[in-house]
Amino acid sequence: MKAFAALLDRLVLTPSRNGKLKLLQDYFRATPDPDRGYALAALTDNLEIGSVKPALLKELVLERMDEVLFRYSYDYVGDLAETISLVWEPPTDAKPAEGADLQLSSIIERLQRLGRNETRGVIRTLLDTLGPSERFALIKLITGGMRIGVSARLAKQALANFGEKDIGDIEGLWHGLAPPYRQLFDWLEDRTEKPVLATPAIFHSVMLSTPIEDRDLEVLDPSDFAAEWKWDGIRVQLSCSDGRNRLYSRSGDDISGAFPDIVEAARFDGVIDGELLVGGTSRSNAPVRTFSDLQQRLNRKTVTARMMEEYPVFIRAYDILFEGSQDVRDEVLPARRERLGKLVEAQEATRFDLSPLVPFSSWEELERLRSSPPDPVIEGVMLKRHDSVYQAGRAKGPWFKWKRDPMNADAVLMYAQRGHGKRSSYYSDFTFGVWTAVPGEGDILVPVGKAYFGFTDQELEVLDRFVRNNTVDRFGPVRALRAEAEHGFVVEVAFEGIARSNRHKSGVAMRFPRIARLRQDKLPKDADRLETLVAMIA
Amino acid sequence: MIRPEHLLHPTPNGLYCPPGDFYVDPVRPVGRALVTHGHSDHARSGHSHVLATRQTLDIMAIRYGDDFCDSAQAAEFGETIHRNGVSVCFHPAGHVLGSAQIEIEYQGTRIVVSGDYKRGADPTCAAFEPVSCDVFITEATFGLPVFHHPDPQVEILKLITSLNQFPERSHLVGAYALGKAQRVISLIRRSGYDKPIYIHGALTKLCDYYRNEGIDLGDLRPATAEDTKSGAFKGAVVVGPPSAFNDRWARRFEDPLSIFASGWMMVRQRAKQRGVELPLVISDHCDWPELISTITDIAPQQVWVTHGREEALVRWCELAGIKARPLHLVGYEDEGD
Repeated sequence: MKAFAALLDRLVLTPSRNGKLKLLQDYFRATPDPDRGYALAALTDNLEIGSVKPALLKELVLERMDEVLFRYSYDYVGDLAETISLVWEPPTDAKPAEGADLQLSSIIERLQRLGRNETRGVIRTLLDTLGPSERFALIKLITGGMRIGVSARLAKQALANFGEKDIGDIEGLWHGLAPPYRQLFDWLEDRTEKPVLATPAIFHSVMLSTPIEDRDLEVLDPSDFAAEWKWDGIRVQLSCSDGRNRLYSRSGDDISGAFPDIVEAARFDGVIDGELLVGGTSRSNAPVRTFSDLQQRLNRKTVTARMMEEYPVFIRAYDILFEGSQDVRDEVLPARRERLGKLVEAQEATRFDLSPLVPFSSWEELERLRSSPPDPVIEGVMLKRHDSVYQAGRAKGPWFKWKRDPMNADAVLMYAQRGHGKRSSYYSDFTFGVWTAVPGEGDILVPVGKAYFGFTDQELEVLDRFVRNNTVDRFGPVRALRAEAEHGFVVEVAFEGIARSNRHKSGVAMRFPRIARLRQDKLPKDADRLETLVAMIA
Repeated sequence: MIRPEHLLHPTPNGLYCPPGDFYVDPVRPVGRALVTHGHSDHARSGHSHVLATRQTLDIMAIRYGDDFCDSAQAAEFGETIHRNGVSVCFHPAGHVLGSAQIEIEYQGTRIVVSGDYKRGADPTCAAFEPVSCDVFITEATFGLPVFHHPDPQVEILKLITSLNQFPERSHLVGAYALGKAQRVISLIRRSGYDKPIYIHGALTKLCDYYRNEGIDLGDLRPATAEDTKSGAFKGAVVVGPPSAFNDRWARRFEDPLSIFASGWMMVRQRAKQRGVELPLVISDHCDWPELISTITDIAPQQVWVTHGREEALVRWCELAGIKARPLHLVGYEDEGD
């Protein structure tokens, strides 16, 4: 448990991806089975243990502690799990011997077979036996949700690095194995062959595209490529076998729970690749709805009937990986599309359609189509070589994405915060705003977004110097910057889209904003107005 | 017997003793000052006369120059000094080099001003000695039940582990210039690490002073910009005041790993807010159990709490049946550790 708690403590505070990978790899290397498998399950939210309510933990603390002292402590720390882990005082006779350590696996196995009436006693004894850092880890385990910035994808990458294996292979196995993943670790450490899975409804790594860069098109022949619209939904994989259907995100997270409507509608065996969208299919002649509608359905574990009715989802199919149990990934694109077309035709018309091809004969023609697409939910075009096979990963050449140009606005820097890691001595996280008229106050700046990249190192030096010389107020780590009509810093912000938002004071939220250019040639009074941004909302 | 509040009471200048006509740790220039230790919120310049331990006087001279006061007098631990019938005696506080508690006795009433203190082992200064008294004046910097400071030698192992795990990164250890920096360096040395340790310019004089006082800090080198070119900082330990690591000075280090040695690092959110990647819970103050056990050991009739989280400690005293009150002194840094 000590090693796991120490790992959590480091992961929480390590901002860099490489740093996290290193910590995870070293942990997998140093920790025996089955502890490391349980840790992996805990980090990727695949651990099945009955959850304990925070209120119960609070009751346990107050058995021994003055309520006023507890309140002072909680007010100071702010997080219940952490407060309890810190204030907990084992009775002097219950203190473990120096260096004694409980195994993570034995704790988890105990928690998994916890009877209803034993919860209090077992948790109390565990809290007594553990040190502060391990108590924190335990509370995180039993209250559910680690929230320590480790995605399933990151954990899999760490496994791939650790075992010197291909991450695609790990993703393929992932959903077919269960904690504590002994088979997986045996294979990663080359003690056994790669495990063979009984259930084929698993995730297969998806094929990704690279962006079209400035001069790419000059050397490409339009007749080598097919074009499709690029839709603004989320890329998914639907994997079905013997009535066991699973929907995965692009990174291999199982999102079936949030989309039972689509999962239950599938009537085929095989694996297809497509875009998940809200609205109606071309076959049902109803319009596709925007990404902000789709957002209502994302990041949920379960979904209500009303949500499914108000925000129905469908899949616009792009590709096919398996037909039945036959792997068709090595076939060329037209052959796969033919199979896909037949498969989609046999599915429910309101839930599935085929992504249509966009006929074109020259890049100029495609550019015209791209700049005025027939549907607002289109965010660009995809170019796929006719002879491309379905190949996992992001190789440059077979598939390109040619996105609609980003939207732009000139905004004024309002707040700045220091960055992390290499950037910890620089003010590199910015909140920017645009003008709006407030009755009685005249024009004021209202924040519309945050950005922490897009600029070069040299530009960061300029921004950092501005922040240091123009701070007017401080709120904890945040500096408020001088931002007046005649004095301040204007930046050109680029973003992929803009939508209405109740969560932001300005009423708008940008997607993927970044600082595209520093506009030292402009004064804040020349920056854009909120009305201009509102008008951009599709 | 004189009432304790007539012997010592708070004023805007600091704690004042009317019969002896002196202040303890005054925050503004006064005629006669008794100083517990060299941290700048307790030891200020500009007093006419200062009574403190020799080491505290030396530290004040290093920080403010030889003319930090008009006249200075060194107090030996355990030696009683009389002033207008008030007897004053200094006892070790275990906080930093030279730190003292000040015992003040007059007409049968005895008050001990602890200054800042800790009970845990620290090879860089003399250990705290409990002194029985009627009124014990305690700090409460970490006066909340959340604070349980771990063994500092075990905390230092986290740094040693990280040096092995990330051998390409400069490990920047933030530690206050007086006391904490030297203690951290000494702990690193005790763990067996004998490579050069690079220090920020603000630490040089104080580290030299600690060494002159017989505290072994090993091979210390200034962290100059030239070392960046030679790659000397790769995988090296660099110690400096925490403020420097958030400043442009830190840009000379490639891919720095930010570390902070402080009692505040007990709370994860604190570490996160400051962008600390590796918190080391090493404190020169008492944690909660130490505050409680000190009060229990000394068993004073009253406890006065100077600065920090007074309300929780006062509450604990009430529950334990000990009369307690906060002094609400101004001018001492809540953030100090």
